[in-house]
Amino acid sequence: MGDQFEPRIVVFACNWCSYAGIDLAGTSRIRYPHNVRIVKVMCSGRVHPEMVLKALREGADGVLITGCHPGDCHYISGNYKTMRRYLLLKKLLKELGLSDRVWLEWVSASEGDRWAKIASAFVEHIRKLGPLRLKEVMEGE
Amino acid sequence: MSEVRIGVYVCHCGKNIGGVINPAKVAEYASTLPNVVVARDYVYMCSSPGQSLIEEDIRKYNLNRVIVAACSPRMHEPTFQGVLKRAGLNPWLLQMVNIREHDTWVHEDTPDKAEEKAKELVAAAVARAAHLYEITTEKFPVIKSAVVIGGGIAGIRASLDLANAGIKVYLIEKKQSIGGKMAQLDKTFPTLDCSQCILTPLMVDVSRHPNIDIYAYSEVVDVSGSAGNFKVKVKLKPTYVDWSKCTGCGTCVEKCPGRAPREFDEGLGVRKAIYFEFAQAVPRRPVIDPKHCLWFTKGICRVCEKVCPVKAIDYGQEERYVELNVGAIIVAIGYELYDLSRLKEYGYGRFKNVISGLQLERLSSADGPTRGKIVRPSDGREPKTVGIVLCAGSRDEKHVRYCCRFGCAAAIKHIYYIKHAIPDAKVLVFYTDVRAFGKGYEEFYQKYRSEDNVFFIRGRPAEIFEDKDGSLIFDVYDSNTGQLINVKADLVVLEGAVVPPKDWEALRRVLKVSCDPGGFALELHPKLRPFETTSDGVFLAGAIQGPKDIPDTVAHAAAAAAAAIGFLAKGYVESVPYLAVVNDEVCSGCGLCVSVCPYDAITIEEREGRRVAKVNSIRCKGCGACAATCPSGAMQQNYFTDTQIISEVVSLAGGAK
Repeated sequence: MGDQFEPRIVVFACNWCSYAGIDLAGTSRIRYPHNVRIVKVMCSGRVHPEMVLKALREGADGVLITGCHPGDCHYISGNYKTMRRYLLLKKLLKELGLSDRVWLEWVSASEGDRWAKIASAFVEHIRKLGPLRLKEVMEGE
Repeated sequence: MSEVRIGVYVCHCGKNIGGVINPAKVAEYASTLPNVVVARDYVYMCSSPGQSLIEEDIRKYNLNRVIVAACSPRMHEPTFQGVLKRAGLNPWLLQMVNIREHDTWVHEDTPDKAEEKAKELVAAAVARAAHLYEITTEKFPVIKSAVVIGGGIAGIRASLDLANAGIKVYLIEKKQSIGGKMAQLDKTFPTLDCSQCILTPLMVDVSRHPNIDIYAYSEVVDVSGSAGNFKVKVKLKPTYVDWSKCTGCGTCVEKCPGRAPREFDEGLGVRKAIYFEFAQAVPRRPVIDPKHCLWFTKGICRVCEKVCPVKAIDYGQEERYVELNVGAIIVAIGYELYDLSRLKEYGYGRFKNVISGLQLERLSSADGPTRGKIVRPSDGREPKTVGIVLCAGSRDEKHVRYCCRFGCAAAIKHIYYIKHAIPDAKVLVFYTDVRAFGKGYEEFYQKYRSEDNVFFIRGRPAEIFEDKDGSLIFDVYDSNTGQLINVKADLVVLEGAVVPPKDWEALRRVLKVSCDPGGFALELHPKLRPFETTSDGVFLAGAIQGPKDIPDTVAHAAAAAAAAIGFLAKGYVESVPYLAVVNDEVCSGCGLCVSVCPYDAITIEEREGRRVAKVNSIRCKGCGACAATCPSGAMQQNYFTDTQIISEVVSLAGGAK
């Protein structure tokens, strides 16, 4: 157990749905793995692909983008933009052999339990893939 | 502000954080990070001494950034921004770190990892804070008027409170009369006041109030604009009666040959094809139901047109739309009863003598289909044995998980109706728990449970069968005595579950209001802000926030009105701090930002001979879609610039050093 790989995961969460849903998991005391680190944005549509690439480049083993369910965006259509941007990003990541390490998931403000399940599944998924070590490779270690 | 001077404040939140990790260790770690001048921990950072501690430090150490590691920013960001303001700092130089909801509350079983996580989150905030800058907001005037959606007791109370405070109110009701569910009730618990006697005077007050305009038989179809200046599009459904001419004399209703089940009587009574919703309707104006009108269905009759003394009938009427410009919106659309036919084992909808609690209200009402006589719908006979089933669909994983909050007290009231009308009747109440929580409810419960021939049986009926004479036969396992009881009842009353109205889903999307797991509107905070929403200027009144009885509904509605009055009385709203901002020198005027903006807030303008983007600060809502799209980085979002987000991301990706 002691030397189990502990992935480092960066999560982008929109303020209105996903961040609130993650907060709800907290208020409901639903346990999930500690590996996830949340970055708040107002809307998932704010997530620039460069932010995702930067996270992987700088040491993250996986990146999870979360937003409101389709039709529920606080800003009308931000999550649709996220979805389109994500599909393009996945194509690029595929070329780099990294597409398995980035997920897009919808989490509403009422889905604390859903968030905990997604977080657990993603951590487990990345744990199986193993460490990325892009930073070490790029910096010639 | 060249030198970055950061103060880090780690809150224990009593044992919520301090019971899992050691905040002193986190603070100690923070003090080693770049730009950190002072780092402290304290038991309750949000308390008065906690706030003073930060305020004094800002002055003493000349801080220009403050990091508070505590609960969710959704909880106390405004609190700590207030501290910065008092100390003379711009509130947007604050960075919150969520180490409670996102850490100690969910990682209690791995405290070492939770502490490590807290340190990393603080380190990322320190990295981000160096790039924070002052943000100023603009003020815009609010329009001192409100739309109240829903004319039940919640909407009535909210409208009257707003109107009495001098605010113009537009009350939108989808049915032809205001009054809502309360108008259908015979009496109200626990005082047994006649429901109509306490409601209808308020309905009249609403109709006569100079500050209230009622839009009955109307629906909100779209909302644009924002807090302080909403544009609410209302659809006025065709009534086929010109209400401006109609006097409500009722001659048309009297002469109409068309018949249909009366919705107000929950299908038990009959109405005409042109009808008032109920006798005390406000406004007292009829509508034609084209599904049952002989003119619309068969092209004959037109009797109403012939008898109308003021020539108000207009078969060609079409739906119309009006746009209302208001500062605030109160949502008071209430609830609906769960479709009881989905509880297949109880036979509602198949067996005539299985009725809902609301149908019993109609049978018991003096203006109901039986003029207040409680009878079996199948044969009009007086029932001698009545079964009342609590939690029909409520607190049931197969149906709805939450409590309806009034079924128990309503059932006790229903015992009264039956025993008052039929003194020798036997009443069997099948319950899971009896939750008599409100003021006077326990006393009410004790009084009626001890009546003669009233039995409380702890258990839910198994499958209900119908006998040849329409009676109902079923078994109940009484979990108090461990016995299986065979019951034959003349009438079964289901105290059904409560769900949000069907049209809520579409409405909440135009209002940008989230919902809870039951589908009801999500309040801004379950305890402290239960009548506000994440959409500024949109307030909640009554059961749309969650099931409520009448006293709670009225209290909630008055609170929502008070909050809306406060919001409107302030006189202005501020632009969002998270505005999009353009760096003119970098912008090439490509216009990609224009194409992704959902609010048409960006235009391309000629400035000093160059084409550059310009953001309209009233329209911009701060989503950041433009900033994520800009190919040159010229478009940024306040408080969420590329540099701010990436510095946080890089720190988190790299872990604690």
